[in-house]
Amino acid sequence: MSEERKLRILIAKPGLDGHDRGARVIARAFRDAGFEVIYTGCHQTPEQIVNTAIQEDVDLIGLSILSGAHRYSFPRVMELLKENNAEDIAVIGGGIFPLEDIPKLKAVGIKEIFEPGAKLEEIVNWVRTHIKPRKALVA
Amino acid sequence: MSLVEQILAGDVRATARLLRDIDDHLPSAREALKRLYPHTGKAYVIGFTGSPGVGKSTLVDQLALEYRKQDLTVGILAIDPTSPFTGGAILGDRIRMQRHFTDSGVFIRSLATRGHFGGLTKSTNDMITVLDAMGKDVILVETVGVGQDEVDVANCAHTTVLVTIPGMGDEIQAIKAGIMEIGNIFVVNKADREGSRKTIRELRNLIELGLRRRDDEGWEPPIIETEALKGRGIPELMEAIEKHRRYLTANDQGQWDAVEAKRARMQLLDTLREEALGELLRRLEQRGQSLEELVHKVTAKETDPYSVVQDLLQCELR
Repeated sequence: MSEERKLRILIAKPGLDGHDRGARVIARAFRDAGFEVIYTGCHQTPEQIVNTAIQEDVDLIGLSILSGAHRYSFPRVMELLKENNAEDIAVIGGGIFPLEDIPKLKAVGIKEIFEPGAKLEEIVNWVRTHIKPRKALVA
Repeated sequence: MSLVEQILAGDVRATARLLRDIDDHLPSAREALKRLYPHTGKAYVIGFTGSPGVGKSTLVDQLALEYRKQDLTVGILAIDPTSPFTGGAILGDRIRMQRHFTDSGVFIRSLATRGHFGGLTKSTNDMITVLDAMGKDVILVETVGVGQDEVDVANCAHTTVLVTIPGMGDEIQAIKAGIMEIGNIFVVNKADREGSRKTIRELRNLIELGLRRRDDEGWEPPIIETEALKGRGIPELMEAIEKHRRYLTANDQGQWDAVEAKRARMQLLDTLREEALGELLRRLEQRGQSLEELVHKVTAKETDPYSVVQDLLQCELR
């Protein structure tokens, strides 16, 4: 009866930058890896992202950002997940980051940061290794 | 609080998690569904179907906005296709619904077909049960983009809206025997495009020829012109849906009971099919046989599918 548990991933772009080529490419790579990807488009607020992640019951949020607003939006996403008792949803980031920001982002709980040049295969493998679909509920 | 109590109290996290277990067909989800089912029957379910790109998501977005203005809560189930090769999916219906993401009165769930045909997922009916029990007043179901024969939505919705666009006129003729029969309401979206009048005329001809739902005696399916992006025609569509609801609920005709029976029948048959198949496969395994082994025998022409099934049923259902 029970089928293979599917990994569900939200790909979202926080903030004002409208360049979503990277986000689409990664969504496509995750699709080809057999994951279910919820793609919500550009200009998302952290509130929209976290509400979507909860309603869609994803295992992972991938934040794509090029604008430099990660210093605000990434920690805010983590904060909102905590407020909603949804810290079990993992968060990764992709885009352009000053090197000194990466440890700070990891310190607030972002699991991994992928920079330009990261191979799709590498990202997919990272997800397969580190993210498992959550366990069943007990009624 | 138990899971079921949390859902009845409208808890979003608990609801979202149960929907996942339902989608993955976990046996534990069935127990929760049993306890939720008695709390259903209050929501009004509206189905939206049509080809890919005709504007279903945008229409759903606009209607959700209108229902929220009336202070009704809204559940949305939006379906996109699963890759037949990788099993993965990109679920993008939410892109058109962003303004509802922070409204606690709207719950949106994106679903992948996972190989199911018919326009819905295997889990759609059970998900409607959950959203109904959690207290959503209106449930909008958006099918995967359909072709000619994906008519399941008509068996789970109270009102089915068939969405088309101008310039598909020739196809309308071709598809009249399948999908065109299930619309209680027809929408010609993107009506600012060339050919809109012609499309409406052809639809009207079809309806006048009697090519429409057999279970809808006494209901004349309206044709609504819309430009969903701009909101044009949305009040008229709302009005048409409300009229259809009143037609169903006018108690002298028994239409409502018939629709509810139709919905229950589909849910019952789907559950039976699903559970019976699962149970038989389990018993097959208990007997030390595997499906693959039988596939191999059939491929090698040592036996045939009919004898295999007959044997299995005779052994297990005696």
